[in-house]
Amino acid sequence: MNKPLRRISLFCGLLVLALLIRTNWLQYVQAEELSTRKENRRVQIAQYATERGNIIVQGQPVTGSAVTDGSDFKYKRTYIDGPLWAPVTGYASQAFGSTQLENIDDGILTGNDDRLFFDRTIGMFTGEKKQGGNVVTTLNAAAQKAAYQQLGNKKGAVAAIDPRTGAILALVSTPSYDPSRFAGFSKDDGKAWRELNDSEDKNLVNRALRETYPPGSTFKVVTASAALENGVVTDINAPTDTAEPYILPGTQTPMVNHASNCEKATLNYALQVSCNSVFANMGDKVGRDKMVDMAQKFGFNSTIDTPVRAFASVYDKNMSKDGNAQSSIGQFNTAATPLQMAMVTSAIANDGKLMKPYMVDQLTAPNLDVIEKHEPQEMSRPLSAANAQKVQKMMVNVVENGTGTPAKIKGVTVGGKTGTAQHGEKNAKRPYAWFISYAELPDGSSPVAVAVVVEDSDASREDITGGGLAAPVAKAVMEAVLKNNKG
Amino acid sequence: MSVVTNTTTIGAIELPSRRNTELLLLAFAVVIPIFAYANVGLSIHGKLPPGMLTYGLGLGVLAGLAHLVVRRYAKYADPLLLPIATLLNGLGLVIIYRLDQSERLQNLAKRQFGGFTESAPRQMMYTALALALFAVVLLVLKDHRVLQRFTYISMAASLVLLILPVVPGLGADVFGAKIWISVGGFSIQPGEFAKIVIAIFFAGYLMVKRDALALASRRFMGLYLPRGRDLGPILMIWAMSLLVLVFENDLGTSLLFFGMFVIMLYVATERTSWIVIGLLMSIGGAVVVGTTASHVKVRVTAWLDPFACYSKSGACEQVGQSIMSFGSGGVLGTGWGQGNSDLIGFAANSDFIFSTVGEELGLSGVMAFLLLYGLIIERGVRTALAARDPFGKLFAIGLSGAFSLQIFVVAGGVMGLIPLTGMTMPFLASGGSSVLANWVLIAILIRISDTARRPAPAPAPSPDSEMTQVVRPS
Repeated sequence: MNKPLRRISLFCGLLVLALLIRTNWLQYVQAEELSTRKENRRVQIAQYATERGNIIVQGQPVTGSAVTDGSDFKYKRTYIDGPLWAPVTGYASQAFGSTQLENIDDGILTGNDDRLFFDRTIGMFTGEKKQGGNVVTTLNAAAQKAAYQQLGNKKGAVAAIDPRTGAILALVSTPSYDPSRFAGFSKDDGKAWRELNDSEDKNLVNRALRETYPPGSTFKVVTASAALENGVVTDINAPTDTAEPYILPGTQTPMVNHASNCEKATLNYALQVSCNSVFANMGDKVGRDKMVDMAQKFGFNSTIDTPVRAFASVYDKNMSKDGNAQSSIGQFNTAATPLQMAMVTSAIANDGKLMKPYMVDQLTAPNLDVIEKHEPQEMSRPLSAANAQKVQKMMVNVVENGTGTPAKIKGVTVGGKTGTAQHGEKNAKRPYAWFISYAELPDGSSPVAVAVVVEDSDASREDITGGGLAAPVAKAVMEAVLKNNKG
Repeated sequence: MSVVTNTTTIGAIELPSRRNTELLLLAFAVVIPIFAYANVGLSIHGKLPPGMLTYGLGLGVLAGLAHLVVRRYAKYADPLLLPIATLLNGLGLVIIYRLDQSERLQNLAKRQFGGFTESAPRQMMYTALALALFAVVLLVLKDHRVLQRFTYISMAASLVLLILPVVPGLGADVFGAKIWISVGGFSIQPGEFAKIVIAIFFAGYLMVKRDALALASRRFMGLYLPRGRDLGPILMIWAMSLLVLVFENDLGTSLLFFGMFVIMLYVATERTSWIVIGLLMSIGGAVVVGTTASHVKVRVTAWLDPFACYSKSGACEQVGQSIMSFGSGGVLGTGWGQGNSDLIGFAANSDFIFSTVGEELGLSGVMAFLLLYGLIIERGVRTALAARDPFGKLFAIGLSGAFSLQIFVVAGGVMGLIPLTGMTMPFLASGGSSVLANWVLIAILIRISDTARRPAPAPAPSPDSEMTQVVRPS
């Protein structure tokens, strides 16, 4: 009987061998994948097992950690002025995952990042608890607060950039939410989460980065830049050949002007009073492809990682001639995020050089060593310095004498542009009010460019001009940055 | 005992009894779990666990007594079986203690049953009982061949044991599997005992019938097919294991019995055709049951891709959790008490106890455990090879074959290698029946190996030898 016995013993050995191979497969080959699966709660448990690092604005943390009594998670995320900073921080919730900086820099915040390996190893020997690193942002607390307060209970968004570096100074979206409300795992957290998700106000959407609006007349600065760069206009004070009424190319439809004296108006005057006909004409003369080109140099048609990803703004590449003319005044298919319009403004204010927008200045280790520092990068040069200064001149004129007077700041050169974008079926919905502007220091450089959008305001249709609703918000932000710049 | 005391010319050369080797190994088998126990306490509570001394002494005394019994009553037994079983049992106790400390499992028990009771003390008690039973088996069973007498009684007994869980009023349906009976507050899993009893029947039956089965056959397509009347009992066993599967929702036990039978049949008849027939029959049975019985289908779906149905089905979640547990352990594991294998929740310390090994001791720990099990199997097979009587050979290979199938089915199930079945890891898992039955199994293997290695009794002094005495120089 011994021959079959030996075979059976081989068979039993194969069974054990199969198990050995399987465990190697699971615990070595697939270990990484299995231990980081989204179903694997250990990921969240590890995330909240130690005190999370903080997100820092001008030296002050805007986040914190609190000890919880739950069995799974030792710490819970807390937020200081949650609604104010939510568009920057995002949220880190035990039950509902994390977004934005909390998500992108999770490795640093939890201390699990490979670059913190050395710190962890040291900690193992000194017996120190594992700590998370910090994320130091570029934001300006005063500007952020000014924007948030000025928007009040209106729906809207603000994005402000330092044109010289691309550093994001303010990023506000209202109505906002308090990420502390659903940071935990309890029933109340779940309730708050559902409430926010079902809310018609879309509280969880970061309007400054992830909502695109038709930019309306603010887009005219892009069209003006394209006209100057492509030689359609060389002298901003020379009359253009715009007819009144201006008929959209290839159609019988006249372009409606809300301003007067637009016939043959100069570019400067057209921007001052916001003539639709002149800019539709200019856009048509530049041509669709050149317009697309200019818009893309300003950042349209691609997503932007700040590192939080901003949605792509749109300038349609395949539209007809009349569509292009309409798009040149920021209607039709054109859509932009507030960040995008702030970038346009910043490029013009920075003499034609667009800096890549960013909101994380440094990542630091728990011992405050700098792990990573952002160096300002040039993104593109949409227009020459000379042409940029021409556009600046026109934008200053808008604030001095045109539709943008509410943004005037005493003793400071401010350039801006209003916008009123129609939307909805047959433009029946309340329009969006826009305002973009920048402020200049005495040395000619600009420390701030800002874009403001206010959605469906309750004010009546005629009242919604960017100047009336959005300009004061922009003004408050610019003032806050200027004050900060002096002191 | 000196053999060459009489006047025979050729004496049996005495094999070393290896009892001292066993004692040394046993010392390790007791010390390692004690360190593990201390480790759990230190990592979870930051201090040595209560009852270090009692636990250590308890395990030491139990192992020591078992050793003394073996030394006295099974002197030539295999020296590895007792230490390995002790080590596995000791580490099993530590894992159960560790899972008792899990807040998550405590809360789960409070929510589901309104209270939480620790499993470790109960398991300790069962271990003591099991070692007592181990001693009793060695004391009573002086020679395993005695069991041959109970061939047909064993068959009846195993049938009764298998049927018990479906008897109304006695059987208990625990989460869909009807493999338990409850008697006076105790839950017993008769299948664990049936495993041993049925091996007695198979061994006895096949020993008698092996020639008929092997020789009286017709050749057909290169295979020797048995006669119809010899096929009868085999078909009955096959039908029985299918019935167990259908009525008790117990895939594991049915696989175990059938597999054990095929192995023993093959060994008894030396006919490969039995393996082929056995495989065909089990595949046929598996396909029929797999496509008709819903609970088996659920298990198969969970096995194919646990994450595809993770949030929808409890079975998928269990398998997924278990696999993630293994994956999260990585090569070295998290260390005792620092894993989150308790996320599996229900049955964490019984069916899924091996996942805790995977997470906390890592790949290296799992391989060590698998090799320990592999060693038990190897010693079992070796015992079968060494046994001098066909009954002993069949019995030993049946038990070791069943043991290896059980390891494969349980570990393979929690590792997602094969569909999950409701069986428990021998010696590790919490549960009295399993511990008792497996210690009996070890006792029987020790008895057979003792008989196998025992030197042949010295030939009786022959009266003739006086006349042909060799003249020794002196």
